[in-house]
Amino acid sequence: MDTLDIILTIVKVLVIFGGLMLMVAYMTLFERRVVAWIQNRIGPNRVGPNGILQPIADAIKLLTKEDVLPAGANKIIFSLAPTITFIPALLTIAVVPVSSSLTLFGRNITMVISDMNIGILYILAVSSIGVYGIILGGWASNSKYPLLGGIRSTAQMISYEVSMGLALVGLLMIAGTFSMTEIVNQQSSIIKWFVFRQPLGFILFAICALAETNRIPFDLPEAESELVGGYNTEYSSMKFAMFFMAEYAHIIAVSAIITTLYFGGWQGPILPPIIWFLIKVGFFLFAFVWIRGTLPRFRYDQLMRFGWLILLPLALLNILLTGIFMVL
Amino acid sequence: MLRIYFPILVLLAFAVITPLVMLIIPKILGKRESTPVKDAAYECGIPAKGDARERFPIKFYLIAILFLLFDIEAIFLYPWAYIYRKLGIFGLIEMGVFVFILLVGYLYVIKKGALRWQ
Repeated sequence: MDTLDIILTIVKVLVIFGGLMLMVAYMTLFERRVVAWIQNRIGPNRVGPNGILQPIADAIKLLTKEDVLPAGANKIIFSLAPTITFIPALLTIAVVPVSSSLTLFGRNITMVISDMNIGILYILAVSSIGVYGIILGGWASNSKYPLLGGIRSTAQMISYEVSMGLALVGLLMIAGTFSMTEIVNQQSSIIKWFVFRQPLGFILFAICALAETNRIPFDLPEAESELVGGYNTEYSSMKFAMFFMAEYAHIIAVSAIITTLYFGGWQGPILPPIIWFLIKVGFFLFAFVWIRGTLPRFRYDQLMRFGWLILLPLALLNILLTGIFMVL
Repeated sequence: MLRIYFPILVLLAFAVITPLVMLIIPKILGKRESTPVKDAAYECGIPAKGDARERFPIKFYLIAILFLLFDIEAIFLYPWAYIYRKLGIFGLIEMGVFVFILLVGYLYVIKKGALRWQ
């Protein structure tokens, strides 16, 4: 690697990272507007034209708020917990190819931060670190509701992580590779999309993705009616916001992963690849908000029973069916 | 090697700096005025009773152990899935035996009521 390579790498990472942060900021506005639309309200539209500057106003408000540290809290862990949740959510995007490769300064630049051959393993490994932030945040607060919320949340996330990992096995059997770029290349036309070859696997993965991001109908960790606010009850100011930014970053990353694995990634006719990628990701972001606006919340025992007694056997069945179909 | 993991390091640097900056800015901009009542743990407005770190149901511990078992199973399936094309029917039967043994344990756990929540 020479200097130009290093500069190009840094610029590429900066562009993708900046794009992700921008999407995280505007996801808050998008969600509020869409939920308002579903509920027949107007939603935030005062700051700037159509409320377009609302995320900036929110950021300024949160940055100037007092940062309260509860008396019994463990200072270091209390401050680090939101960071631990936030960082993995941002790192997941590294292996997702956002566009086809382009040629610049006589070099071929792949539009993925790192085209590693173990992309899917990287995603599973990195995204599961986030759960540490939640359990540590709940524990460090030294308050009852956050601790209960943190424990519940951890149990939920690890339960659904098993099914999530198993749901992907079927896809891997067909694809025969862990590389995300390779998987996109295999889905060159719409009939080759993995969603048609792995319908059950896709449904299972989508359900587990909802549970992993702590979204309705699996948002037990922040069940306001029983646990006040869950693991983030004691948090204030930017630390509080960071948990939510992690959630939104996670939603965006999961949408990008679903797009890449099951819906052909950036591939599509006529329009440039990056536009296709954003359209597909945008659709799944909308679906996340749509589900939130439509469904009620599970009860905790239903949630656990659903995860262990329905999703897990179905994921194993999916592997068996895929295996039989491939042998035939 | 460097070509693959150097970009990850750059991304990690950005991903670490951003939240750290976000932790420091409120310390400069936000006002700080702590009172004993404000710093108390939230408990619906009444004075907090006892320590929060008490005993919690053993169910969560069981879930953690089950997670370990099944996550190892999932990881074990990954390399198998990678070379499934080459293994063919032989691989399917081999994995079927392995998963069957785990399923017996899984049924035992259900029968014992480890996943029953009241």
